[in-house]
Amino acid sequence: MAEPTKPIDPSIEELASREYQYGFVTDIESDTVPPGLSEKIIRHISAMKNEPEWLLEFRLKSLRHFLTMTEPTWPHVTYEPVDLQSISYYSAPKQKKQLDSLDEVDPKLRETFDKLGISMDEQKRLTGVAMDIVFDSVSVATTFKDKLDDLGIIFSSFSEAVKNHPELVRKYLGSVVPPTDNFYAALNSAVFTDGSFAYIPKGVRCPVELSTYFRINSAGTGQFERTLLVADESSYVSYLEGCTAPMRDENQLHAAVVELVALEDAEIKYSTVQNWYPGDAEGKGGIYNFVTKRGACRGDRSKISWTQVETGSAITWKYPSCILQGDDSVGEFYSVALTNNYQQADTGTKMVHLGKNTRSTIISKGISAGHGQNSYRGLVKIAKGATGARNYSQCDSLLLGDKCGAHTFPYIESKNASAQVEHEATTSKISDDQMFYCRQRGIGEEDAVSMIVNGFCKEVFRELPMEFAVEAQNLLSVSLEGSVG
Amino acid sequence: MTMLKIEGLHASVAGNEILKGVDLTVNAGEIHAIMGPNGSGKSTLAHVLCGRDGYEVTQGSVTYLDEDILEMSPEDRACRGIFLGFQYPVEIPGVSNTYFLKAALNALRTYRGEEELDAVDFLGLVKAKAKLLQLDNDLLSRGVNVGFSGGEKKRNEIFQMAVLEPRLAVLDETDSGLDIDALKVVANGVNKLRAPDRSTIIVTHYQRLLDYIVPDFVHVLQDGRIVKSGDKNLAHELEAKGYSWVATAGNS
Repeated sequence: MAEPTKPIDPSIEELASREYQYGFVTDIESDTVPPGLSEKIIRHISAMKNEPEWLLEFRLKSLRHFLTMTEPTWPHVTYEPVDLQSISYYSAPKQKKQLDSLDEVDPKLRETFDKLGISMDEQKRLTGVAMDIVFDSVSVATTFKDKLDDLGIIFSSFSEAVKNHPELVRKYLGSVVPPTDNFYAALNSAVFTDGSFAYIPKGVRCPVELSTYFRINSAGTGQFERTLLVADESSYVSYLEGCTAPMRDENQLHAAVVELVALEDAEIKYSTVQNWYPGDAEGKGGIYNFVTKRGACRGDRSKISWTQVETGSAITWKYPSCILQGDDSVGEFYSVALTNNYQQADTGTKMVHLGKNTRSTIISKGISAGHGQNSYRGLVKIAKGATGARNYSQCDSLLLGDKCGAHTFPYIESKNASAQVEHEATTSKISDDQMFYCRQRGIGEEDAVSMIVNGFCKEVFRELPMEFAVEAQNLLSVSLEGSVG
Repeated sequence: MTMLKIEGLHASVAGNEILKGVDLTVNAGEIHAIMGPNGSGKSTLAHVLCGRDGYEVTQGSVTYLDEDILEMSPEDRACRGIFLGFQYPVEIPGVSNTYFLKAALNALRTYRGEEELDAVDFLGLVKAKAKLLQLDNDLLSRGVNVGFSGGEKKRNEIFQMAVLEPRLAVLDETDSGLDIDALKVVANGVNKLRAPDRSTIIVTHYQRLLDYIVPDFVHVLQDGRIVKSGDKNLAHELEAKGYSWVATAGNS
């Protein structure tokens, strides 16, 4: 009998009382550039990274455009503006030389990732995950490389990809999210420092989950990583992304750009568990998570599926989207966003149907607790030529307590009469009847809430790879701590 | 052995006094039926015994296995072996029936200092009990009570009781909404669970269920008090003469 929901684990209570367990700081020497944003800084970063001329040009063009833009104010969130001149745009753990093997990674860094429960060792092979790790601004280790090499799969830090596969990077960088796309994408295009790059060759099914783990450590820095994934014809890849940051009173900016390209018959499954520091119970500190994620289904019958579990960050502002260019291409978005205490989230997706018979599915589950504000914002756009396009959207909100809020902003634009667009939305609360029913069966209050919330999120969790699903469920329980009663 | 002793119990809901001095003693192994017209306080009594929020006990005591339980949380009472078969079992979408039951059983076992059952043992137990209640396997994997018919919900309650093996079961209007076949299945389940160390309180409107589950005692609850007690024949008498007869006859 299938039992897809989480096992009730006695450790949940323990987890719940632990608060944000990733809030430690690693005492490690860093190379950090002085704060501020200017051509000089960008030239400096580019030079430090030995970048080719075209990439420096890309950055400078982005910066010049960025300087003409203003910060967007349309998201349903409120916060103190970020002083972009007070941020240091590059911080890297000091390393004496190029690493030849994982054994040479700074022991303190290894310790950090051990604490986070991430093994850099090749024993990861056992769990079938190949991992790239980004610490502040640079990628520090990529595991599991040999096996991927055999299949012709390229999976490396962005910087290495620029060196080793400049033609691929140059071809696709900025092709899905152009530097002019929006304020934070322009900023990222100017200052991004590292990230992950993956290329799956024609006809190859990537046998392991590719994974990147992001960690912000230094104070006064932002993280601006760039991820680029290209799935060539008839290939398949599943990619996981996780992130944490230390607890700090200040707000730190995370402005990433993720670009996915799926060619004919290719499929990309992209899963995120976002657990950046959310700030304390009074709303002090926390990460501003302003991220642009977009995938292009370029080829016919290609498919891109986004699954996200967003429990961290003081403010989340992201819309993982799909451009469905190829005929019969498929876009999916499965999202759980939880806001507790003073967290705010404005998140959703854009499904842009260009090709014929393109299909998209949107399942969004918003959970608000404490003073949390949770908004779903989604655009379904059917272009004139998208004959036979279909979309199904379902947005469910669950409220815990009476000081939180849930909002839904669906936008539908259809220019083709043959398109079918369905939108369903519900808002509910955990009822007293449900709570009493669980408690009468011996299940305590915290466990009951966690169980009901997990049930509410089931349609999304079942899209996550197994390991991630368990992590996501535990994370949800921890994030809901103190929201009962 | 005395399983449950209720003395002079007064309870209010939202300021309205519903129970006005209930006295009841239930010994181990006994089945008691509590009958009464609508609004007499039957469901209130069931909920007060299980500690539901919003039911305020203003006077009296409830002792279960020699312990005062009125200050205990609902989950503590459940863990000590009190089970409520709900009149209106609630839906919990996305949480499978089996999963829910496993969480409940393991909560009980943990409370009692026993080891949690692993998936294999649990599955074996569930299969056996599901057969007893003629419950489709399909219902086990569906969300708790989601899309269940009225009869399926009630059977599911008794199925949960069979798995959780309570010391004291309070069945609130378990017969309502059941056709005769479902009624027999449910009654058969309850009868099979009859044991010398288990007591059952059946709250019901009609004598119908008591044709299949024969009670040791029948009590009539009216206007917040038990006004008449007797054996199974009292139920038949009530069926024939109606509740108004009790009011005029007084307590005997």
